[in-house]
Amino acid sequence: MNRNFLLGKFWNPDHVLEALEHLQDKGVKVYDVYAPFPIHGIEPLLDIKRTRLTVAAFIYGAFGLTLALTMMSLIYGVVWPVNIGGKPYIPWIAFTPITFETTVLFAAHGMVLTFFIIGPYWPGKKEVLMDDRQTDDVFVIAIDKKKISDMDGVKKTLSEAGAFEITEKEA
Amino acid sequence: MSHVVSPIRQKWITNTETYGQITADVCRPIESKPSLPWLFWTAVSGLVMLMGFSLIAWTMWKGIGVWGVNWTVGWAFDITNFVFWVGIGHAGTLISAVLLLFRQPWRNSINRASEAMTIFAVLCAALFPLLHMGRLWLGLWFLPLPNTRGSLWVNFNSPLLWDVFAISTYLTVSLVFWYLGMIPDLATIRDRMARAGKKISAKIYGVLAFGWEGSTRTWSRFEIISLILSGLATPLVLSVHSIVSMDFATSVIPGWHTTIFPPYFVAGAIFSGFGMVQTLMIVTRKIYKLENYITMDHMESIAKIVIATGSLVGLAYTTEFFVAWYSGSIWERYAFINRAFGPYWWSYWAMFTCNVVTPQLFWFRKIRTNMVLTFIISLFINVGMWFERFVIIVTSLHRDFLPSSWAMYTPTYVEAGIFIGTFGMFMFFFFLFSKYLPVINMFEVKTLLHHPKKPSHIEEREGLKINA
Repeated sequence: MNRNFLLGKFWNPDHVLEALEHLQDKGVKVYDVYAPFPIHGIEPLLDIKRTRLTVAAFIYGAFGLTLALTMMSLIYGVVWPVNIGGKPYIPWIAFTPITFETTVLFAAHGMVLTFFIIGPYWPGKKEVLMDDRQTDDVFVIAIDKKKISDMDGVKKTLSEAGAFEITEKEA
Repeated sequence: MSHVVSPIRQKWITNTETYGQITADVCRPIESKPSLPWLFWTAVSGLVMLMGFSLIAWTMWKGIGVWGVNWTVGWAFDITNFVFWVGIGHAGTLISAVLLLFRQPWRNSINRASEAMTIFAVLCAALFPLLHMGRLWLGLWFLPLPNTRGSLWVNFNSPLLWDVFAISTYLTVSLVFWYLGMIPDLATIRDRMARAGKKISAKIYGVLAFGWEGSTRTWSRFEIISLILSGLATPLVLSVHSIVSMDFATSVIPGWHTTIFPPYFVAGAIFSGFGMVQTLMIVTRKIYKLENYITMDHMESIAKIVIATGSLVGLAYTTEFFVAWYSGSIWERYAFINRAFGPYWWSYWAMFTCNVVTPQLFWFRKIRTNMVLTFIISLFINVGMWFERFVIIVTSLHRDFLPSSWAMYTPTYVEAGIFIGTFGMFMFFFFLFSKYLPVINMFEVKTLLHHPKKPSHIEEREGLKINA
C-alpha cells in the first residue's frame, strides 16, 4: 500500500525539534522522522512510548536461568548422580557461573533477535529512503498527506523552522 | 544536538564542522583503492596466519608430542596464549559497555575498532583450548548434549567447563553488540556507494545493513537495547576473566591456589586490552588520518587507564608475595621465591618491568602525548602481559611436589609458530576490517558535533524548495 508523504528536509537536528514542537502544537500527526543518528529528546514529540524490549530481555534472561538450573539439577540430581567425595549432588554454588552465563546469553540474543523481528530488519531487506542522504547528514520529517488538513500551514511551519527542502514522495 | 552544551566542555572531535565531513573522513579508506602498503601487510599477515594453520595441522597429524610440554609442565604455551588473547579481548567490551554506562563520550571514537579487536582476539584465544585437547574434533564433548556414550555428561563443577560457557557467551554477545552497532554505519556506506553509482558495493553493504533507514522509532529502540546490552556485557566481561582465573584458582597448586586471582586477572585483562588498543589506535589514526576523531585527548585517556590498571596489577604481584609469606605454607612460599629467583627468574622480572615500571612513565604528560614513546610502551605492555601468564603457568608447574619430577619447559618451533600464527590471524582480520568496514562509529561521533555548519550540498538543493 503506497502512501503519499510530505517531506520536510533539514540539515540541523535542532531545527527538526523546533519544527516538531510547532507541528505538535498544531495537532499535526507526524508519521516518522529519519535521522543519521538518534536525536535526544525527540520521543515525546512523536508520541513514541518507551520500548518494552527491556521486559522481553528480562523474560529471555529468566528463561535462560531456569533452563540452566533445571538442566544441571536434572542431570546431576536425577539422570546420573555422581558422588564426589560426599559433596552435595546439586551444588548450587558451583552452578552459579554457568547459570549466569546462560542467563546473559539468552537475554542478549533474545532481545536483539526480537528487535530485528519487530523492526522488521533482515539481511538484504530493501530500504525505503525518503532522501538518499538521510543516513549521512539530512534529517527528514515525514507526514502522511491524508492526515494534513491545512497543507499550506504545515509547509509554512516546516519552512520557518529551517527546512531547506519540502517535497512529496510516494512510499 | 538538542541540549545546550557549554562552550568550555571538552571537544572530543576537532577541525570538523559538518556531519557529512565525518562520513567522508571515515569512509575514505573504504572508498579508495587498497594502497600498496595495505596490500603488502595484509598479504604478510595472511601468510603468517597460513603458517600458523599449517603448524596446527601438523600438531593434529602428529599429536601433542610435537610440542615442548611434558608430564610436569602440561600447560604451557597453549594456555598462556589462551589467557593472553582472552585478556586482550577485554578492552573492547569494556570500552563499549562500561564507558557507555559511565557516559564517557570519548568511547564513541574508539569503540568500533576496540570491539573488532575483542572479537578477533577471542577467536585467537578460542583456538588454544581446542588445540590443547589434542583431538580438535572431540571439542563437541564439551557440550551438554544427550549422547551415545552412556550417560556421560559434562562436569558442571569444573571451571574448565565454566570457561566453555563464558567464552562462547562472550564471543557471541560481543559479536552481536559489534554488529548491531555497525548496522546504521553500514547503511550510511550503502547510500554513499549508491550515490557514487557503485552498484555492486551498494548491494553488498545493503545486504549487510539489514534495510536500515534511520527511522526514529527504530533509533529509540536501538538506543535502549544498546544500553541493556551494555548492562549485560559489563558483568559478563568481569565474569569471563574471573572464570578464566578460576581455571587456576580452584586447583591446589601452590602459586595458583589463591583468592585474589579473579580481581587480579580482570585488572590484568583490562590492562593488556588497553595496551593493545593503544598499539592499534596509534597506527590506525596515523594511517587513515583520523587524528581529528581519535585525538590526543583520547590517547591520554587511554594512557591514564593504563596507569591505573598497571598499578593495580603491580599491587596484585606484591600482594601475592605477601600472602605467600603470610600463609605460613612452605610450598606456597617456595613457589614464589622460585618464581622470582628460580630458573625462570628472567621471565618474572621481564613481566614486572614491563607491567609495573613502564606504565608509570605515563604520569609524564610529555611521554603520554608522544605517540612514538606511547607506541613503544604499549608494546612493552603487550610483552609483559604475555610473560605474566607464562610466569603464572610455567613457574608454578615446573617444580611440583616431587623433586624427582621437576622439569624445565622449552617451546618447540611448532608452539612458537602457532602463537605467531595467531598474531598473523589477528592482524589479517584487523587489516580487512579497517579497509572494508567503518573503523569509527560514525553515527555516535556525529552526536558529539554540537554546532554543525550548513553543508554545501544544501545550497544547490534549496532551489527545489516548494514554497508555502
